[in-house]
Parts: sequence; structure tokens; C-alpha cells
Amino acid sequence: MSARRFWVFIEQEEGKAHPVSWELLGVASRLASEVKEEADAAGDTVHVECILLGNQVEAIAQEAIRYGAERVYLVDEPELESYRNCPYYKSIVGVARKYEPEVLLIGATTLGRDLAGAVATSLRTGLTADCTGLEMGEVKGAKQRLLLATRPAFGGNIMATILCRQSRPQMSSVRPRVFPMPPYNSEAVGEIVREEVPLDEKDTEACILEFIHDQAESVDIEYADVIVSGGRGLGTPEGFKLIEELAHELGGVVGASRPCVDAGWISYAHQVGQSGRTVRPKLYIAAGISGALQHKVGMQNSDFIIAINSDPNAPIFEVADVGIVGDLFEVIPAMLKDIKARKEQVLSLSKEALA
Amino acid sequence: MFHALVAIKQVPDTTNIRIDPDTGNLVREGVPAIMNPYDAHALASAVDWKRKLGGKVSVVSMGPASFTVTIREAIELGADAGYLVSDRKFAGADTLATSYVLAQVIQAIHEKEPIDVVFFGKQAIDGDTAQVGPGVAVRLDLPIITYAVKIRDIDLAKRQIVVERKTERWTEVVEAPLPALVTCEKEIAEVPFAPLPDLIRSLRYEPELLTMDSAGFFDVDYVGVRGSPTVVFKMGTPPLPEAGEKINSREIGVEAAVATAFAKADAAGILTSVLGGVR
Repeated sequence: MSARRFWVFIEQEEGKAHPVSWELLGVASRLASEVKEEADAAGDTVHVECILLGNQVEAIAQEAIRYGAERVYLVDEPELESYRNCPYYKSIVGVARKYEPEVLLIGATTLGRDLAGAVATSLRTGLTADCTGLEMGEVKGAKQRLLLATRPAFGGNIMATILCRQSRPQMSSVRPRVFPMPPYNSEAVGEIVREEVPLDEKDTEACILEFIHDQAESVDIEYADVIVSGGRGLGTPEGFKLIEELAHELGGVVGASRPCVDAGWISYAHQVGQSGRTVRPKLYIAAGISGALQHKVGMQNSDFIIAINSDPNAPIFEVADVGIVGDLFEVIPAMLKDIKARKEQVLSLSKEALA
Repeated sequence: MFHALVAIKQVPDTTNIRIDPDTGNLVREGVPAIMNPYDAHALASAVDWKRKLGGKVSVVSMGPASFTVTIREAIELGADAGYLVSDRKFAGADTLATSYVLAQVIQAIHEKEPIDVVFFGKQAIDGDTAQVGPGVAVRLDLPIITYAVKIRDIDLAKRQIVVERKTERWTEVVEAPLPALVTCEKEIAEVPFAPLPDLIRSLRYEPELLTMDSAGFFDVDYVGVRGSPTVVFKMGTPPLPEAGEKINSREIGVEAAVATAFAKADAAGILTSVLGGVR
């Protein structure tokens, strides 16, 4: 009899958890359920657990429990106040060596990517980056189900499913918004286990001198409800003015395909796709985007997709809920007109109601 | 004397990769091989600092003999020496095995000519993993600074480096002791036009070749497929969601097309929700 532990690294900065941590907790719960039957038959136990690092972050551990963790391992030290590679990876490795998790999931944020490669190398185990699909599957020759980690490869042109037979934990990094948020249960109970990992002076030698907050560049497309994206079909960088106008009218943000960013038409912060951000807004409008696979994997989980393209065979139409074949410079102005008319109608209705 | 080592990789220009619609296979013919763009910027930064401080830039690349052209390109851009780490036994390496080989080579170079800064691109555009840089840092027990956008200072006397790194939330100014490993964004430095003497030198440059046997410091259990904990289980084209309705605005008119599209979004409760009750 053994304990099969499914771990999620809880990413936090300034006492706030990154939502990708909860998304992964949802995945870990599902993975655990996929081995439940097999574990019961073998007399093994299955656990959904988190590892959390920081300084005075117990409140986040409680939050993790409400998102489905049955146990949170907490390393709470002043040296862990701000994220730094060395003390963070060594702390995780220390706790992981003690409990030997079967799976460890980390968000593929800048912080998580900095961390994941270091943890995996230190544990001499396999790590699959930017997974878009995760399941516990049967594999010929393996006694237990293994983590099947699917990710886009070759610039997102094909999907590769990767597994790690021997080494543990089986590690994957997953981008924000690839998986949905799990339910939140305010009554959930769980256990917080405090851990201590001794660090050398050398481990904390690299230090942060300063944080520079750059307001101008802060485009949060990952968690936006509406995204209007432009592609090469815009023809010129000026084409983004029209995209901006529509995004503004819908209360959304501007996205872009990779060629536009590569051409310098718009900054990288706007890039949607495998090499940019993964998004799942309520509404995604793709204008003049042909729909390279690397773009589609970044937006196909949106609730509703409208694609506008003059080429009726553009691959973007394969993922769209509704596609408009036509000239975006005619279609978007018509959309703007339609939306403005709707807003005016509501305004006059509410005036009537007030009168 | 400053000694920078830059790890570079040759990658297919992924913007040109496509799938054969009939066979579903990757079309490799005619896809140009380039130096990973992030590595080119990392190299440019290393060369800038060499010019400021005086010293040397070495580059290392793991791959087949065809990677020689990429090393020559590095010489063209200002590198002084190049190492090609090449052996059939290294083939099929995942990021863990790759970081082992590179760390062994960097260690060996360091023992001959001490290295101050190891440069990597933030990731390679073919794999996009960003795992090898951190892996090498862990193996060599070097402080790592990822996502670097600017090197503010390299102080060889005080043995420290100050780097600006960009995260999703802010820019951090990080100070670390030398030697350190830095993974670079494109902003780190502009890739220069090659000066004529470097260009001429690069044409005939032969990198120092390191193989399993010639190097003598590789453990066969840690390289290539044997040293890789991950394996590819299967490959395929991704499943696509069912395509929705296609409306041709040229046939029914632009206004009608938009109205039809929005009516569908309304039916799914989308527009009401995003416009905050506007119908």
C-alpha cells in the first residue's frame, strides 16, 4: 500500500495567488479521480495536495483547500517573501524528496517557467512544458496509469503526447487559462502541514534590488472577457486602430496574431497563441487572422468565437462558432454600428423607464 | 578579461513550418534553418560586453554537423571561439539530457578559461520549453536570471552582475554574484550587422568538435535517449472543435452578416453578458 500524491505548486506574489494555481488544482483533482479505481484495487490511497511557499501566506493555503486541496505543504519563511529561483527550487525539492509526489503541476507563467526547469533538473525527472491536455492513461508495460501530457510541438503544428516512465514526480507546466477554474467550496476542510527546508547563505545570494512597475505595458489579455484580435489581414499597423475601437466598444482588449507582433505592428503583450498567451474569453473576435495552428491552440477554448476573413478557406473558420466571409474593413464598421445602436436602444429604454 | 559563453541552437524557422494536408506529415523541405532568434540577441549582448570590458566570447551548440553553419554565423556576429558538441549518442535528448551535456561542456571550458557569464536565449522557438537554461544553472550551481531585458552592469572587480528582468507583473532589478547564468529576451541587445573582418573569418571557421569519445567527460547513461526521462508516446494533429456557421457577407450584405452573427452570439447568451444587459 502506498500514497499516490498529486501536487500543484501554488504560485503567489505579494500575498496573492495566481489563478492558474486553482486551474491546476482542478486538473489535479481530475487526475486523482482517474486513478481512483486502480488505486482502490491495489490498496493505495490517492491525495490531492499543494505546495505553497512565501512569507506569511497561510491565508492562501486556506484558499487552496477551498479550491480542492486536501493538504497544503507550507514553507513560510522571510527569505521566501519575493520569488527567487534558488531558494524556491531548493525548498520545493526538499519537500518533494520527503513526500515523493507522483505528479507535480506548475503554472507556465514567467515565474513558473523559471522554477519548473530548475526543480525538474534538481530532481532528475521529466518535465513537459506548456501542456494543453493532461490525463492519467494506461500505457503498455506500465504497472500504473501514467501522466499523458499533450503539448503543441513544432510551432504548434502538431500535438505530441509525452510521458515519463521511471522518474518521479511526473512534471508538467501548464499555461494560465488552458483549463477552467474548479468550483470553490467555502466549507471545505483540509490540513496545512508546515515544512522547514534549511537553506545555505549561497542560496540567497542573488537579490532583487528594485521592482519597477511599468503601467504602460500592462495588458491583461489572459483574463479578459472580450478580446478582439487582428492579424496580417489588417495590412498595416494602422489597421489596429479599428481593432482597438471595436475592443473598446465591447469593453475588451486587443489581441494579435504572431506575424503582426513579429512585424512590430503591436507589442508582444498582445500576442495570442502558443508562443504568446493562451486565452479563454467569453467572446473572441478574430479579424484578418488566417488561423495558424499555433494561434488556434491559444484561443480555441474561448466561449464564443467570431472570425472575419476574406478567404472562405481560412483555417480560423474551423474553430469559429460563426464565421463571416468578407472584408474586415467593411465588417468591423458594421459591427460598431450595430453595437452602438444596441447601446442607444438600452439608453432610451432606461430613460423611458425613469420618466 | 571578460569571458562570456553563449549557448546557441539551430532551429527550423517555425513560421514557415506547415503540415501536408493530405498526409498530415510535417513538411520539412524548404524550411530554412536559422540561429534561434533569442540566442542571437543573447550573443549580441555578450559581444557588446566583450567590447566594453575586453575579453572573449565563446559559443557552444549541441547538434549534428550541420549546426556548424550556425556557429559560423555566431563568429560572424562577433564570437571568438565555437564548440560543436556532436555525437549520435546525444540524439533524442530531452531537456534534462541536453542540460547535462551542455553543463559538462561549460564546466570543462570553465576549467580551461574561467567563464564570467553564461548566456542563453530565453527559449528556443522550436520547443518553446525554456527549460534548458535553468537546468544548466542548477547543474553548475550558478545563480540564474531569466527573462533578462537589460544588463545594467558587469563588475569584474566586485564579481557581480546587475540585470533587469521582465516578468508578467513588473521589471525586477537583480544583483547576482559572478559567474552567473542569464537567459535573454530580444530586448537585451540589437543583433548587429557583421563587420567585414568577422564575416571573412567566419567563412572558414571550423568549430572545435567535442564528441562522446573526444571529450571523455560524458557519462553514457545521462545523454541522448538513455539520459532522457521523457519519451514521445504519440504524435498527431490536434482534434478540432466542430466548425460553426459560415456567413458570406458578399452574398447577403455586410449589415445582414453582422446581424446574423450577433444573433447567434445573442442566442448563446454571449453579447448580453459582455455588454452588461444591452440587447
